Amino acid sequence: MTSPTLLEAPFDTRAALRRSLFIMFLCTLTGAAAQMLIKLGTKQIGAHITLVDVAHHPSLFFRFGLDMIGNPKLFGGYAMYGLNTFLISIALKGRELSRLYPIIALTFVWVTALSIFVLGEHMNFYRAAGVALIVGGVSILGLKAAPRKS
Amino acid sequence: MSTPPSSIFLILLSSFIGSFGAVFLKLGAERMRGLASVVKNYWLALGVALYLASSVFFVMGVAQGELTILYPMVSLGYIWTILWARLFFKEPFTTSKIGGLVMIIGGVALINLGNA
Repeated sequence: MTSPTLLEAPFDTRAALRRSLFIMFLCTLTGAAAQMLIKLGTKQIGAHITLVDVAHHPSLFFRFGLDMIGNPKLFGGYAMYGLNTFLISIALKGRELSRLYPIIALTFVWVTALSIFVLGEHMNFYRAAGVALIVGGVSILGLKAAPRKS
Repeated sequence: MSTPPSSIFLILLSSFIGSFGAVFLKLGAERMRGLASVVKNYWLALGVALYLASSVFFVMGVAQGELTILYPMVSLGYIWTILWARLFFKEPFTTSKIGGLVMIIGGVALINLGNA
């Protein structure tokens, strides 16, 4: 059999679906790791720029952008995002992104967990409940009234 | 250490601008016919430019404050996307979209309550 194409999507196999789900799951982990790199990179840039600063000196926006490219952690973080997007587009072939939202929503869990254990941020009831609500909300966005059986 | 409102605002702005990036990428993708149309496709270029601008604002935002507060606000991007999909591409609201939207807004509100 040749590699799956868009046309073959309706005759999807369980194995292909499992592979897609697995790739998406891996992407949530690498996406969260990329987020850690980005946050750690901003600590190295150090500059505190607000929107008011940018409004007064628009060139700050571009200088900050160049700083981002020059910072290895930020560059690495965004490179990982790029790779993620590529992997997701492979996993999605012929599938609707919205039906994989329950997996994608896991990213919010991983980033929160890593923020606590890697960045040493503190957790409280409101933050935990908020993340739980967001994960639930994102998960149900793509639900259809009557799921198709194939 | 709590998260400053200026950072929260930067993340909101970033998600808003990024959602328009998606709109223009879709407009560009609908006009894709071969390689030449990818290079000279101003919708695609605008979409990419908006995504880049969105990530600069995002990084400015997360530079100050906590990721446990700021990262979950990325989910607001879904809200904009649902609104623009309805406005520009006539994709209907569904019960699950509205339910998810309410939960996301509620979640972001709760997280901001926990910003102390």
